[in-house]
Amino acid sequence: MALSAQEVERLAKLARIDLTPEELERLAPQLDLIISSVATVSEVAGEDVGVTTHAVELSNVFRDDVVGSSLSSEAALSGAPVAEDGRFRVPRILGEES
Amino acid sequence: MSEPLMDYDEAMERYDPVLGLEVHVELSTATKMFCACSNQFGDEPNTNTCPVCLGLPGALPVVNGSAVEAAIRIGLALNCQIAQWCRFARKNYFYPDMTKNFQTSQYDEPIAFDGSVEVELDGRPFAVPIERAHMEEDAGKLTHFGLSGRIQDADYSLIDYNRAGTPLIEIVTKPVFGAGADAPRVARAYVAMLRDLMKALGVSDVRMEQGSLRCDANVSLMPKGSVELGTRTETKNVNSLRSIERALTYEIRRQAAVLASGGKVRQETRHWHEEGFTSPGRSKEEAEDYRYFPEPDLPPVAPSREWVEQLRATLPEPPAERRKRLAAEWGFSALEMRDVVNADALDLVAETVEAGAGPQAARKWWMTDLARRANEAGVELAEVGVSPAQVAQLQELVEEGVVNDSLARKVLDGVVAGEGDPRQVVEARGLAVVSNDAVLEEAVEKAVAANADAAQKVRDGKQQAMGAIIGAVMRELGGKADAAKVRELIVKRL
Amino acid sequence: MNDLVTMTASQLSALMASGQTSAREVTEAHLAQIAAIEADVAAFLSVDSAGARRQADAVDARRAAGDALGPLAGVPIAVKDIFAYRGLPTTCGSKMLDGWMSPYDATVVKRTLDAGMVVVGKTNMDEFAMGSSTENSGYQTTHNPWDLDRVPGGSGGGSAAALAAFEAPLALGTDTGGSIRQPASVTGTVGVKPTYGGNSRYGVVAMASSLDTPGPCARTVLDAALLHEAISGWDPMDSTSINRPVPPVVEAARRADVKGLRLGVVKEFAGEGYQPGVMRRFEEALVALEGMGAQLVEVSCPHFAYALGAYYLIMPSEVSSNLARFDAMRYGVRVGDDGARDVEEVTALSREAGFGDEVKRRIIIGTYALSAGYYDAYYGSAQKVRTLIKRDFEAAFAQADALVSPTSPTTAWRLGERVDDPLAMYRADLCTIPSNLAGNAAISVPCGLSPDDDLPVGFQIMAPPLADDRLYLVAAALEGALDDARGGPLLAKLRSSVTGVKQPTLARQILDLAKEVEA
Repeated sequence: MALSAQEVERLAKLARIDLTPEELERLAPQLDLIISSVATVSEVAGEDVGVTTHAVELSNVFRDDVVGSSLSSEAALSGAPVAEDGRFRVPRILGEES
Repeated sequence: MSEPLMDYDEAMERYDPVLGLEVHVELSTATKMFCACSNQFGDEPNTNTCPVCLGLPGALPVVNGSAVEAAIRIGLALNCQIAQWCRFARKNYFYPDMTKNFQTSQYDEPIAFDGSVEVELDGRPFAVPIERAHMEEDAGKLTHFGLSGRIQDADYSLIDYNRAGTPLIEIVTKPVFGAGADAPRVARAYVAMLRDLMKALGVSDVRMEQGSLRCDANVSLMPKGSVELGTRTETKNVNSLRSIERALTYEIRRQAAVLASGGKVRQETRHWHEEGFTSPGRSKEEAEDYRYFPEPDLPPVAPSREWVEQLRATLPEPPAERRKRLAAEWGFSALEMRDVVNADALDLVAETVEAGAGPQAARKWWMTDLARRANEAGVELAEVGVSPAQVAQLQELVEEGVVNDSLARKVLDGVVAGEGDPRQVVEARGLAVVSNDAVLEEAVEKAVAANADAAQKVRDGKQQAMGAIIGAVMRELGGKADAAKVRELIVKRL
Repeated sequence: MNDLVTMTASQLSALMASGQTSAREVTEAHLAQIAAIEADVAAFLSVDSAGARRQADAVDARRAAGDALGPLAGVPIAVKDIFAYRGLPTTCGSKMLDGWMSPYDATVVKRTLDAGMVVVGKTNMDEFAMGSSTENSGYQTTHNPWDLDRVPGGSGGGSAAALAAFEAPLALGTDTGGSIRQPASVTGTVGVKPTYGGNSRYGVVAMASSLDTPGPCARTVLDAALLHEAISGWDPMDSTSINRPVPPVVEAARRADVKGLRLGVVKEFAGEGYQPGVMRRFEEALVALEGMGAQLVEVSCPHFAYALGAYYLIMPSEVSSNLARFDAMRYGVRVGDDGARDVEEVTALSREAGFGDEVKRRIIIGTYALSAGYYDAYYGSAQKVRTLIKRDFEAAFAQADALVSPTSPTTAWRLGERVDDPLAMYRADLCTIPSNLAGNAAISVPCGLSPDDDLPVGFQIMAPPLADDRLYLVAAALEGALDDARGGPLLAKLRSSVTGVKQPTLARQILDLAKEVEA
């Protein structure tokens, strides 16, 4: 087995998805099957083959450092689930001080 | 919050500290790293945002060419190699100050790598090896709301994304060995040097208190004679040069105490408190899995060698050469120069000289009166509240005879209090010396009459007695008199 | 006056230019068609009648004022819901973005509006473009107008179905692994995946950044070319867009000439899993092309066998990162924010509620493929396979001017048939994926109905990067030959033959409506 239910649970946590136990049970075997079926890619290419990360070979695509238009604060906040005082309001954050 | 600490000298007898410094420099470009929003500090919340820096669905980054240019210049100034070809990478982790939940950064292909810079400590050079300098973006600003305003017991937080996407250069040292007991001072000198370098390059405002230069200080201890690196801690929130030195000193003493008692240093992030201690953050027992991969939205950066050489030609004078040149120009002794550098006053003196003051006068102001004020206020010399131009103007007032030394100090009080330039303070506070001869003569007459004994002694040739009369004149005039002039008048009268 | 909804964009354009009809009339006809048929097809997630009328009236006013208008001014267009558009919600087929109004327009949408096209609505799609049947939409099931019990393909099933149901003559799509071409194939329409970088991705909700390619959908090759020309070209907002002139696609579509052209038949795209009726129509099309002077050569692309595997590592990897921004903090649906839960919990609950199964599957696979210890074996290897596939293409293009294959191994399957079998679903894109990995251009053009089920078959043509015009040369020639042989376009069958389709009610409705419009 390439991917255990326990591993799927860990990955879901890393990906911030609160999977239900039923989902875990349903998805884990599917994911294992998918991973197993794509794993052959690791057998094809040798050390000498380079990677292709961009379909088209471009480089040095830069923008001039000139200020353009920004959104209004209303537009920026228009999709916010909760906004307050011109800012995005989010639930309490557990973690390091920053 | 106090943890057991070992005496610093004892710690140094038993352990060698190894430093690692990560400095983030916010570039002062006109626009952000990946979008054309203004990169200005202090605007109304969420007014310098657009689909790109808000991470709206469908938005795409475009690299700011000036930021790349600045990165290359910084790399060159740190004597780094400049990559022939490098890519941006995504650093994936969830945090609400980051709009895309990944930071566009560089991973195994930094734009600049393998450099070295010299810092000066007590007149002696110390080489700090540079691992890399890479480009990345800043995050938004969180404000926590709740009982204390601290994150731990906040009820909710508000986010302003104006800062999201600000161009950052992260400069990382290799492990710094061999600094011994000087390690905290080396760290401080290194960050001060970087700050000066960034200023000279004109790439950043480097204001630590505003966060445009931030330092994470890593330190670990190796038992004397060992070659194995110890477990390091990373201290954040060190927002001034003083804090860097103090935080590292604290961490060295704390780690030494832990090790000496047979304990293990935990690999963790620690938080510096200005009260003088560090506290543990979240333990990094399980290393974060950032799932870096090359940023598919951005083509590689491949600076041509011609471009790199063009940029090299724009570099400012290297700091060591500059120090040597200035010492010669100013006629400073090695000791004087060392003190100036150690006090982090070189740029201030240089700017004061540039504004018209003589080098020795400039040095004197910054190294005595202003140094004392900074020390008392617990701030950096540059933040003492008096600018080099103001110091130069003050010196001009002294040389014009408008104020004497003690009046000049009162003028500084006014400048620090925000009452304006020295000339304005003199005017407003009426601090100019009394130059009206009639007024002076009247004061001398009164002082001689009131100090008949002393006057007689002076007449008898005992010059030491003059002091009492001069003092009386000064008291009479509230200190606003030129002592030499007063002496002259007393001699004439007697 | 002819039936406006069955006309091609270029025919409508000519009628409007000559004053025989107006943009408003054309728009009304299509809105009426939508109103009549949407209950059966469910191609649209939102329809903007008022906005469409306003845009149409503006075009008519400009025409009346004597303004120079582009060739597609006044032509209605359906926009896949993956494009940011200020006029309607942009949901990307996901509950996560339910009701989200974008504060900006995608570059391709902006160009569509600038060209005077009239946006009638946003079309259904698999959630975040992940799927090959549009059944993964968070909102509704779109039905294939050829047989309402069958899928319209995916992820752009809504756009393809809207074309086949005569709800719009043009549509916008995006193709990451076949999401334009495969729906075109199973609905008897034309779909183009241009060269990667030829069309701006700015404002296209990202699925897999290095693969996503916006492109035109239409009922004819010429219409696709006209739309291609209108929306393509360099965009400074997309760093991966190519700063070169758009290939002369319209000219190529008009020329429709394959004489002397070497067409490479990809050997690997045949055999097990390929429906016999699909292969038969494909081979007949080859004969037709040869008859027009094309030279057929067999080419081999041995690494295409690994394309599906590489794709299902690269795409989910990019997906896992691209979709991280949907955390319910700045936009989108927030679930479980009761004041007690922390940000981590609220994000995880929102993503759990907002994402469907396929999205979750891909996010988790991508998270896995990129994670420490697995990166080299999975993501790294997949990117190497990508290099090998590019090399296969380069070798093949040294032997042939364009490559050809069936677009998809089968015709449209029944709704629900592959929902619980992700791997079977993935295989629908076997022939389309290599072009996404290599970044070259490809088109799907109808080549008849499969004799075994009377459903449309798509013929794929692939051209080297930036040689998009070659697609149109071949596709237009094939379309012309097949139309001549058939005595009209393939879709006319759907319109005129009540008995020939599986859903008499739908065909009758289309027919009735056509009559109504004619009257």
